[in-house]
Amino acid sequence: MTTLAQPLRVSRWVGGPLLAALAVSLLLAAPIRLLGLPLPEPVTLMVPAFAWAMIRPAAAPAFALLLGGLALEGLWGAPAGLWAISLLAAYLPILVLRNILAAQSPVVLWAWYGLACLLAQLVGWLISAWIAGAPPSLAAAGLQWLATVLLFPLAALLIERFRDADVRFR
Amino acid sequence: MGAREIVGSVSFRDNPFGEVRLPLLLGAVAACVVALVVAFALLMVDRRQTYQTGAYNALRKASDVVVAPVTGAVAAPVRWAGGVAEGIGGYFFAASENRRLKAELAAARVWRERAIALADENARYRALLGLAVDPPVPMVTGRTVSESRGPYANTRLVNVGAAQGVRVGHPVLSENGLVGRVIGVSSRVSRVLMLTDTASRTPVMIQRTRARAILTGDGGWAPGLAYLRGRDPARVGDLVLTSGDGGVLPRGIAVGRVVRGVDGDWRVQLASDSAPIDFVRILLFEDFVKLEDLRALERPAPPPPPTPAPPTDPPAAAVAPAQKSRGAAP
Repeated sequence: MTTLAQPLRVSRWVGGPLLAALAVSLLLAAPIRLLGLPLPEPVTLMVPAFAWAMIRPAAAPAFALLLGGLALEGLWGAPAGLWAISLLAAYLPILVLRNILAAQSPVVLWAWYGLACLLAQLVGWLISAWIAGAPPSLAAAGLQWLATVLLFPLAALLIERFRDADVRFR
Repeated sequence: MGAREIVGSVSFRDNPFGEVRLPLLLGAVAACVVALVVAFALLMVDRRQTYQTGAYNALRKASDVVVAPVTGAVAAPVRWAGGVAEGIGGYFFAASENRRLKAELAAARVWRERAIALADENARYRALLGLAVDPPVPMVTGRTVSESRGPYANTRLVNVGAAQGVRVGHPVLSENGLVGRVIGVSSRVSRVLMLTDTASRTPVMIQRTRARAILTGDGGWAPGLAYLRGRDPARVGDLVLTSGDGGVLPRGIAVGRVVRGVDGDWRVQLASDSAPIDFVRILLFEDFVKLEDLRALERPAPPPPPTPAPPTDPPAAAVAPAQKSRGAAP
C-alpha cells in the first residue's frame, strides 16, 4: 500500500529524460569529424516522446515536447515550431494506440517506433518545404530517420524503467 | 459508464484504477492539442520574419550565446586528440610526405614565376586603362563551435560576433571556398547559414560559360543549380563562382564544381566540403546596393563652393542701385 501513496513524479519520468535528450543533442552538435565523417544528428527527443506515450497518459509530456522542440530549434537554427509540431504529431498517435501497443514484443514496438519517427520526419519535411518553398532532400531526411530509429533500445529501457512505476497503470 | 467499461475491457491488466485511464488519456490529448496550437502559432510568427537583422530575435541570440561555449568545450578534447593522432601519423609518414612536398614545391616554383609575371602585366594594363579595382575586403577569422547537419537546418555557430565587426549578411569562407553567410549576430557569436540549408539561395555563375544560376540548398550534401539557362550552360567538373549579382556577395569566390545529381539535375559539389570546416573567415563586405537610400546616388552632386573673389572696391554706380532695391524690399 505504500506504493499507492507514491505517484510517479513528473521530474523523474519527464524532466530527466528531456534534459538527457537535449544534452545528447548538444554534444552531437559539436563540430567534430570521426574517421573523416561528421557526427550523426538523430532527433534524440523521439526517444522520450515514444516512451512517454507508452508509459502513461499525462499532460506534462506534451508541454515537455513543446519546450524540447523549441530548444532543439534554438540549437539547430531551425524555424521555431518545426520540431515541436513534428514531435507532437508523432507522440499523439502513439498515445492513442498505447493500449494496443502495450502487449507487443520489442521487435514490433521497434517497428512502431520507426513509424512514429517516419511521421515526425514527414511532418518536418512538409513544414520545411512549405517555409522554404522547395522540397528538402529526401536522402538527408532518410539519414536522420535512420539515425533516430537506431536509438530505440534507449526508448525500450525508458519504458521498462517507468512502465510499472505508477501502480495505477500496471 | 459505457465508455469506462470499454476501456476496462481493452486493458491488459485488471486493477481498480482502470476507470481513471480515460479521463487521463483525454487530458493528455487535450494538452497535446494545446501544445500543437502554441507551436503552430510560433511557426506562423517565425515564418513572417526573414533572415534579416530584425528577425534574429533575443531568444535565438540567447540560445546561441549558451550553446557556443558548451559545444566549443565538447569539441576541444576531440580536436586535441585529433592533433595528437595527426602528429603521430606525421612522424611515421614523414619520409613520403617529404617527397610529396618536394615535388609540389618544384611545381609551385614554376607557377610562382608565372604568377609574378602575370601580376606585373595586370598592373600595367590597369594603369594603362585607368581601371578602378575593388579595394581589399577586411575580414575576421573565427572558429566554428557548433553545427547542425539535419535535413531542415544547416547552420553553424562561429565564435566571433558584433564585437569584431560582424554583421548580418557577411559572407563566410573556409580555406577552400564559400561556406555561407551570417544570419544572426550576438556580441561574440554569429550564426552562419550554410549553402546547403533549405533557406539558402546564392547567385552563382559557371566560370566557363558565364551562365548565371541560383544555388539552392535542400539540406543535402550538394545544393542544386536553379534557373540555369542557355545552350550547354554547364558540364560536369565546371568551376562555380559567386556572380556578385544583387550585391549580396562579392564576385568570384569559389563555390564548387558542377556534378550530376542522382535525380539528373545539375548540382554543385561544394569546395568547402573538401576538408573539415574548422576555422572560417568572415568578409566584412559591404556593397553599395545595401545603402538605405539608393536615390542618394542619383541626386546631382552639390555645386562646388564659390571661389572667394579678390577683394576689390566696387564702383559707386553699381552700389547705389543695390542700396535702392534693398530699401524697396518689404
